[in-house]
Amino acid sequence: MTSPVETLIAVLMAAILFGMPLGAYMARIYGGETFWATRALRPIEHFFYRLGGIHPEDEMDWKRYAIALLFFNLIGTLFLYGLLLWQHKLPLNPEHFAAVTHALAFNTAASFVTNTNWQAYGGESTMSYLSQMLGLAVQNFLSAATGIVIVLAIIRGIVRAKSRHLGNFWVDMTRTVLYVLLPLSVILGLVLLEQGAPQTLGAYVEAHLIAPFVSGKAYVTHQTIALGPVASQEAIKQLGNNGGGFFNANSAHPFESPTAFTNYLQMVAMILIPIALVFMFGYMTKDRRQSTMILSAMLVLFVPLALASMHYDLAANPLFHGLGLSQAHTAANAGGGDMVGVEDRFGAGSSALFGSVATATSTGAANSAYDSFMPLSGLVNLFFMQLGETAFGGVGTGLATMLAFVIFAVFLGGLMIGRTPEYLGKKIESFEIKMASLSILVMPLLVLIGTAVATAFAAGRAGTFNPGAHGFSEILYAFTSPSNNNGSAFGGLSADTTFYNVATGLCMLIGRYWSYLPLLALGGSLAAKQRLPASAGTLGAHGPLFVGLVVGVILLIGALNFFPALGLGPIAEQMTHVHALAASK
Amino acid sequence: MNAKAAHAVPTVAWDRLAQAALIDSIRKLNLRHQLRNPVMFVVYVGSWLVLALFVRDLVIHKPALATFTGVVDVWLWLTLLFANFSESLAEGQGKAQAASLRQARKEVEAKRLQEVREDSPFEMVTGLALRPGDHVLVGAGDIIPSDGEAVLGVASVDESAITGESAPVIREGAGDRSAVTGGTKVLSDWLVVRITAQPGETFLDRMITMVEGASRRKTPNEIALGILLVVLTLVFLVVTITLFPFSWYSVHYAAHAGRVVGITVLVALLVCLIPTTIGALLPAIGIAGIMRLLRANVVATSGRAIEAAGDVDVLFLDKTGTITYGNRQAAAFHAVTGVAEARLAACARQASLADGTPEGKSIVTLAGARFPQEIAAAGDTKGGVLVPFSADTRMSGVDLPGRQIRKGAPDAMRQWVAKAGGTWPDGLDRIVDKVASGGATPLVVCEDGVALGVVELKDIVKSGIRERFAALRTMGIRTVMVTGDNPLTARAIATEAGVDDFIAEAKPEAKLARIQEYHKEGHMVAMTGDGTNDAPALAQADVALCMASGTQAAREAANMVDLDSNPTKLLEIVGIGKQLLITRGSLTTFSVANDVAKYFAIIPAAFVSTYPALGALNIMHLSSPTHAILAAVIFNAVIIPLLIPLALRGVRYRAAAAKDLLRRNIWIYGVGGIIAPFVGIKLIDMFLTWI
Repeated sequence: MTSPVETLIAVLMAAILFGMPLGAYMARIYGGETFWATRALRPIEHFFYRLGGIHPEDEMDWKRYAIALLFFNLIGTLFLYGLLLWQHKLPLNPEHFAAVTHALAFNTAASFVTNTNWQAYGGESTMSYLSQMLGLAVQNFLSAATGIVIVLAIIRGIVRAKSRHLGNFWVDMTRTVLYVLLPLSVILGLVLLEQGAPQTLGAYVEAHLIAPFVSGKAYVTHQTIALGPVASQEAIKQLGNNGGGFFNANSAHPFESPTAFTNYLQMVAMILIPIALVFMFGYMTKDRRQSTMILSAMLVLFVPLALASMHYDLAANPLFHGLGLSQAHTAANAGGGDMVGVEDRFGAGSSALFGSVATATSTGAANSAYDSFMPLSGLVNLFFMQLGETAFGGVGTGLATMLAFVIFAVFLGGLMIGRTPEYLGKKIESFEIKMASLSILVMPLLVLIGTAVATAFAAGRAGTFNPGAHGFSEILYAFTSPSNNNGSAFGGLSADTTFYNVATGLCMLIGRYWSYLPLLALGGSLAAKQRLPASAGTLGAHGPLFVGLVVGVILLIGALNFFPALGLGPIAEQMTHVHALAASK
Repeated sequence: MNAKAAHAVPTVAWDRLAQAALIDSIRKLNLRHQLRNPVMFVVYVGSWLVLALFVRDLVIHKPALATFTGVVDVWLWLTLLFANFSESLAEGQGKAQAASLRQARKEVEAKRLQEVREDSPFEMVTGLALRPGDHVLVGAGDIIPSDGEAVLGVASVDESAITGESAPVIREGAGDRSAVTGGTKVLSDWLVVRITAQPGETFLDRMITMVEGASRRKTPNEIALGILLVVLTLVFLVVTITLFPFSWYSVHYAAHAGRVVGITVLVALLVCLIPTTIGALLPAIGIAGIMRLLRANVVATSGRAIEAAGDVDVLFLDKTGTITYGNRQAAAFHAVTGVAEARLAACARQASLADGTPEGKSIVTLAGARFPQEIAAAGDTKGGVLVPFSADTRMSGVDLPGRQIRKGAPDAMRQWVAKAGGTWPDGLDRIVDKVASGGATPLVVCEDGVALGVVELKDIVKSGIRERFAALRTMGIRTVMVTGDNPLTARAIATEAGVDDFIAEAKPEAKLARIQEYHKEGHMVAMTGDGTNDAPALAQADVALCMASGTQAAREAANMVDLDSNPTKLLEIVGIGKQLLITRGSLTTFSVANDVAKYFAIIPAAFVSTYPALGALNIMHLSSPTHAILAAVIFNAVIIPLLIPLALRGVRYRAAAAKDLLRRNIWIYGVGGIIAPFVGIKLIDMFLTWI
């Protein structure tokens, strides 16, 4: 039995240790350097350029970059939508699944293209192998790559001076998939395979039960065991912060995460690229202090919240005290704590940690039922997303949002020292504030308005399974997760209704493109600016003080907006528990 | 300077000003004025809404509810009034200033000349009829009708109406003292003035519009901050509006208890959350910045220039007057071998007797002090012909019967000696170099083609200037000394004064080129200037301060005019610019940080009826939900007048490195902004319970 705190430290250390060289490697790839990796794969890279008629030297300004990105994602959405609608007529459908409904196909297409991977369906009972591999897995790669190129373009805007160009979208996409995502996925996929995850195109297996039983009025004699090309999909699901599981049970399913080691690896994989990008930012700006500053801010937000989540889940349900139930932290209790919805192999503490990592990184994977978390642990999940996915955030987009908050911090800090604010020598003026605001503004609006509409109308209220404040939390979660492109589900909500499919689908699309297109514009504007020399009078955007300012801005301008809603959801639920306990004594 | 400043900006009669501001702030409650400030407009709409609810509560006879709604509404209106009051108070100062300036802009009759000479026939026209290019004659007692340039004549002019300086100044045709300002008064003699300003666009008009219109023009940082405030307001608007369905759901579907949160409470929460503190004080801060500049006797032609002053990181400072005391003083005589020092002194004195410059006078004084007997023997220069200094010859002196005495720059003298067929002694160059390398200026003295030696003129660096430059350096501001001296002299003074860089033998083009160089590297440059030939450089600089005594061209090119003509003013202006930004930034941080406490006051109060357990969030232990909401609203309102003095005076600013300033302001306004409302709201709650 490993202490979850030790697991937390081990996860962070591994992610930082591997993230640092990976960041340096990515900086070299995107810088167009020639070294062992490019020497090995350049012929393939250039083959794709010839195939697509792309001139790698032809750089784009932010508008062309954005149009290329939108066009590419639109094609991806339409392709996936069509694939899902026609899956019953296409090959690789051994279980003969029917076509997906229009609303669900729209929701799923929007979900996988936007890197949300909100799943309003159960994978093993809905999707053909072709849909899983050609549809979902392909988008797992492309949506992750899209996130990375967004922040890449923004970073180029910060690094370059007096230039209109942010790079070539097609080149950046190709390099991301070819040099970063594919190799990492192959490695992780092989490890998962070795640990026991299946990888097959064969049909599901029928197992005859040794001890048949009666369920309802049916006499159950055999069980269907779902299989499929799991290992390959699982690797990119975690690395690309996608989170869309092959199976409905996601990473709690023994075929998705066969061992404690894969559980650990999956957590490392979720934070790996977000942290590597932070290091890449430092290498690209040639200012390593930026990496330290941003990583520190992320850790300052992440570690206490993750610890809190683990604490409350391990503290277990107060209402069970006095009922003669042991919730002690013993191996016999599978680690003890709140065991509802928890996979015995992982235990409550590690499940809370996995939940924190999955919500903090916009992965949205799950190795337990988040709906059954203790209220304040569920709150931590919600809060990580409501931070705007800044610590650590989705691949690329997390750092992008973080940079938007850094720009706010620089703006306030710059004014407080009496200068027109500047970040790394680039003046932050009204256009930058406008774009950063547009980007930050949309997420709280989507979450709050979405939740308000759902609570106000019967179609929204119909979904909740639980009474009381918990039902409210379920609705709040159902809008927080898609709007932040996280994709994790609280569960306890029947999300496959036309209302939720359309509403959450819209949240995913708006939350993705409205948040990040303004940041591309911001990158374009920064690229055009002159770089100002630093002096003792300029705000040094690093050091503990500035980290504190960034964290303060994220909490005050970002997360504080959700305080009333959280008050009526998980906080009310927890307080009521405590209240009830006090009353019973 | 203080006495002058008091004149330029009339001593503010605070009680009168406050009274006028009070009336004005009620007048400002009209829709059109409120629309200009989006944050306060939300409060305005909320106040009307709650007023309507109050009337409804009265009509349906719910006295307890009506009392609560009424009291909240009163405080919402007070919030608006406090905001208006701060702006009116700041504007009031400006209005007083504008009124005194306007007195100077009286309609005057002008004598428009037909030809450009003093005795030309003229016609009487009104000042408004004058166009650029017209020539007018102004005599003793006349008010100069418009801005212009003196082309003929010399006159003493009283410019106190503009500068507050009561001592008259000399204005004369041609040269660097030719600029005259409309509204000033000729005391003696006459001038022929060529008008250079369109009617209504004179310096005085610009000053008045600057002072009066201070609130209307927004600077770039103000615009950016405005966007941020609007966005915050929008988000909080959605936060509070969505709270209604959330509460409704919780009451009817989740807890099945309590009452749905009332509109009054939601409006109260909204007003508390949106950044009203900074929204209310923002106009006042901007106006106060301009007023502080005016109090320093500097007129900026745009608010943008004040902000730019905060960003400046390179200062071009004229050596003379800024770094050193006005003029060089004779410090020593260095005779060449074979010449008595007394002879050198006597000749130098004779060459300087007719030289009215401070340098010339200092030579006479030094010679008289060192060699009184020899001087008496040499006699004065009666009967001699004075040779004044000219830019061509770069020397001056006197022609006595049979003798020619000259003093001047070494290279000019060398040419003169060579032309006269004289000798240039061996040791002279060494003396010249030695003097020059010590930072002093060598003047070579010659008699009839024989070089006698060198007079050492020394610059005296102002006391305390070194420390000031050191302070600027910690702020990240580079100082560049601009001087006409040779590089050796310049280097020595630069070292002594502690400037970072210098431009020696500075010609206007050299200044311009150096500014462009700094711009290319991304620096922001401030400079002072007064001559016409400074105009191109002034136009290029980001902050260009022109002396009030400067020429019209220089004034046009500059974006600030220093009425005191004090070149060290630039240092003060940088401080004012920074203070303006710091005040805005700090109060914004304070305003946003306040929200934490307000949430903790209002959220438990609003929902405790639905979820009694949420009472645990009432960490301030406020006495009742009603009191909690009232206390938050009252705190939100009274913090505005409490911060007015800070907004008008500006946050305390001292020269320090960025990280020290940031630490200080984050602690005071960020952390302090989180803590202060907890204390304030609790105190107000205790007071409410007590009454």
